[in-house]
Amino acid sequence: MKEPFDRVVQTHGATVLRVCRAVVGPVDADDAWSETFLSALRAYPDLPDDANVQAWLVTIAHRKAVDVVRRAARHAVPVADLPDAVAPTEGRDLDLWAALAALPTKQRHAVAYHHLAGLPYDEVAGVLGGTAAAARRAAADGVATLRRTYAGTLPTPHPGGATP
Amino acid sequence: MTTTAPTDDTDLARLRTRLATAAQADGTLDVAYRTVDSPVGPLLLARTPAGLVRVAFAVQDHDAVLQSLADTVSPRVLRAESLLDDVARELDEYFAGHRRTFDVPLDLRLLHGFRRSVVEHLPDIAYGRTASYAEVASATGSPRAVRAVGTACALNPLPLVLPCHRVVRSDGSPGRYAGGDEAKLTLLALETTVGAAA
Repeated sequence: MKEPFDRVVQTHGATVLRVCRAVVGPVDADDAWSETFLSALRAYPDLPDDANVQAWLVTIAHRKAVDVVRRAARHAVPVADLPDAVAPTEGRDLDLWAALAALPTKQRHAVAYHHLAGLPYDEVAGVLGGTAAAARRAAADGVATLRRTYAGTLPTPHPGGATP
Repeated sequence: MTTTAPTDDTDLARLRTRLATAAQADGTLDVAYRTVDSPVGPLLLARTPAGLVRVAFAVQDHDAVLQSLADTVSPRVLRAESLLDDVARELDEYFAGHRRTFDVPLDLRLLHGFRRSVVEHLPDIAYGRTASYAEVASATGSPRAVRAVGTACALNPLPLVLPCHRVVRSDGSPGRYAGGDEAKLTLLALETTVGAAA
């Protein structure tokens, strides 16, 4: 028996939004979040009851983020394409996003899925491909760079997730 | 997880509204719900694309009702205020004494067999009137099924809209109600007052 999908959104919505912001940046994060949950809603009835919902959502978010970035690259620049309501950026850590954006893509993904979403490295590897060891290395390299480039406090790993 | 910033809550509320709209357009929103305040406490309203499928009182535990909708109708359940605006408006009008019957489309998929025929007969009891469990049993063609009528009313998935509150004991006392005995008295008093004033 599955819980109502609304409860999935309630439980995981904030984490998925944080992951989307880290991976595609604050402007495209809304689109990535919306496409992630719409796609998850479609597939939800077929999700096995014992599935790890958070890892499932991050896997979908990863695919959607890649799509969003690809689309943004194709439609580069046109100013008229600005969203109707530009999300307020106040209260968001734009410096962290800038520091994350400067990382190589794989490191950025590994940092987001391990440190923000709290997935263990074998599940991060499941999302990104490659081995758990490679995912651990990418996240560690990413965090090492962030320690140099980012002045603020780095997010602490998810309590349930992770041994860094 | 790290604490959620206040802006995140605003953003998430906006994103959830957007998700419900997109899901409806996508044809994947199987159950939309919202809650409304009322003189008989907070009410949960849920609808499928076919119509209103469930009305539930707070004493029935809204979380449990949503879980049972996920189990019996579909787990694709989202909060979607605007999709239930028409129902909320009709209920407001009803509680204000300006409405006697409901016009919203109904989805009776949670009702089967005898329970369904009982509940389908309920709108025959006019606003401001009552009928006894025994009279409803007779009207349903099963005069001896008085207790089963009581059960059907207690399990009515669409209280208020399908007026099980108008079914009372043969001695005229109100009897039990899924929304609580006091809610039943409130509804009967409302309908008596409004009915007499008309």
